Amino acid sequence: MTKQLMRGSHVIGEAATRAGCRFYAGYPITPQNELPEYMSERFAKLEGATFIQAESELAAINMVMGASMAGVRAMTSSSSPGISLKQEGISYMAGMELPAVVVNIMRGGPGLGNIAPTQQDYFQATRGGGHGGYRTIVLAPYSGQELVTLTMKAFDLADVYRTPVILLGDGLMGQMMEPVTFPDPIDPDTLPQKDWRLDGARDRDSRLIASLHLDPAQMEQHNWKLARKYAAICERETKRESYLLDDAVLAVVAFGTAARIAKGAVNRVRKAGLRAGLFRPITLWPFPEKELRALTRTIKHVLVFEMNFGQMVEDVRISVGEQATVHFHGRPGGIISTPHEIADAITKLFYRYKLDN
Amino acid sequence: MAKQVFKRPDAIKENVFHYCPGCGHSIIHRLVAEVIDELGIRDKTVGVPPAGCAVLAYNYINVDMGEAPHGRAIAVATGIKRARPELIVFTYQGDGDIAAIGTAETIHAANRGERLSVIFVNNGVYGMTGGQMAPTTLLGQTTTTTPGGRLPLRDGFPLDLSQMLAVANGSVYIERTAVTSPKNIIKAKKAIKKAFQVQMDDLGFALVEVLSQCPTNWKLSPVEACRRVEEEVMQNYPLGIIKDTTHKGD
Repeated sequence: MTKQLMRGSHVIGEAATRAGCRFYAGYPITPQNELPEYMSERFAKLEGATFIQAESELAAINMVMGASMAGVRAMTSSSSPGISLKQEGISYMAGMELPAVVVNIMRGGPGLGNIAPTQQDYFQATRGGGHGGYRTIVLAPYSGQELVTLTMKAFDLADVYRTPVILLGDGLMGQMMEPVTFPDPIDPDTLPQKDWRLDGARDRDSRLIASLHLDPAQMEQHNWKLARKYAAICERETKRESYLLDDAVLAVVAFGTAARIAKGAVNRVRKAGLRAGLFRPITLWPFPEKELRALTRTIKHVLVFEMNFGQMVEDVRISVGEQATVHFHGRPGGIISTPHEIADAITKLFYRYKLDN
Repeated sequence: MAKQVFKRPDAIKENVFHYCPGCGHSIIHRLVAEVIDELGIRDKTVGVPPAGCAVLAYNYINVDMGEAPHGRAIAVATGIKRARPELIVFTYQGDGDIAAIGTAETIHAANRGERLSVIFVNNGVYGMTGGQMAPTTLLGQTTTTTPGGRLPLRDGFPLDLSQMLAVANGSVYIERTAVTSPKNIIKAKKAIKKAFQVQMDDLGFALVEVLSQCPTNWKLSPVEACRRVEEEVMQNYPLGIIKDTTHKGD
């Protein structure tokens, strides 16, 4: 298979198309404009595919909702403030059990923030983000090739669990050009039939897709149904990468761009003989809690590195409990740490806790 | 054998309407259902109800239905229609839904000429939430949030959404109707049918505004409420075709 040098945003667009996505609606916001631009051109040449530049983020997510009701694989993308606007629709889709892929190329925040790469939206993504106490599956790619696999996987997960899936990246993931290979495209007609879609009540009773359950008993049942689904997702779908952890005495925990940097730092300190490794959550929700807890049988120090002032660190603390000491190193605002800086933080911990004995 | 001249439309479910006595929604639901029957499109029609009194329209209109967040019905309908253009997609929205919280979605869908049939029910109040001021509330009209009556420089002016939408180049058919009398009901049905036909003919955006009565929140009897529509509301929102560039006649 030939390798192509491609920008991250374009990789997402191509991977989505190959996953059978045939509907995209979005609204311009930096740093993700290259993705809608790619979709507009790709879909203009693709029979049966729809691109709409919506009048707002609200309209875009609701158009995606409609396309999803009609049974079509659909995607929207935005960046932090735009994702906040989309939360209304994401909540409705979670309630109505509609699949969709929502890409968030995060920027600094809160508010308008800036367009530099950060991980300020971990809480928003992993806690549902909108009202009503739902969850969304959150995938955090850290390379061009993983943008391919995770974008495609996002569509499968969305369909299997009938739930919105968030692909969480940042400007660095979106802009960086790396060589990637793509699998053969999926023909949407070969995907499993959605027996719940709205396509006209021909030879069957009319269908309803709604999130309104006025009767508290019904609402309770619906919420328990969602809870069981979320429990099943937690049971089956956690994904992480373990890097040089077998003999490690300290684990760096980082995701996305931060993990890419952390990997460089681990390589650097390894050369100096420090036994550090990297634990990289690929699904942020469900968080690979058990896998991380299992590590604490041998690893007693965990360094969480995030490009914010501390969000995933809470999930790490929940995961390891009293079994390990959790340290944190964060750079909010769009500062891109160097591997050197993280290596320095690791080295200090080794020195302070005498971990190299 | 006696000839049957009146029956429940196939597109109406056998549920008892929850609407208040004298409310226009029940009539308008029936008109939509009759039109769907007559056009023979029940098995390819998808409806998007609003948030508001008609949120439960899916309990009555017997077609596939997908719920939309408040004001977003036209965006949801756009997604359905663009994803599957062979479907006939309509929205059914109140004045608060379409002309306040959903104004942006509505104007842009009309401007893009989305092939949708929009039923816009204008009763001048937020009915479901208890009778607050709507964008369409008349000047001087008392609601639960306009004590002493709507004042223009405090509460703004009544919004004529249909006129606004007529300016959009993508809209091809807009008519204002009412359901206060048999004569008006027949006209309203004709307009609704045309709005569906326009979509079937792939011509552009079609909207029928229906002036409706809300006896409960207006604190009037059903008969008085109909009279109010005819004597007051129609003065501000005159009935008739606002835009028709279909060049196909009726």
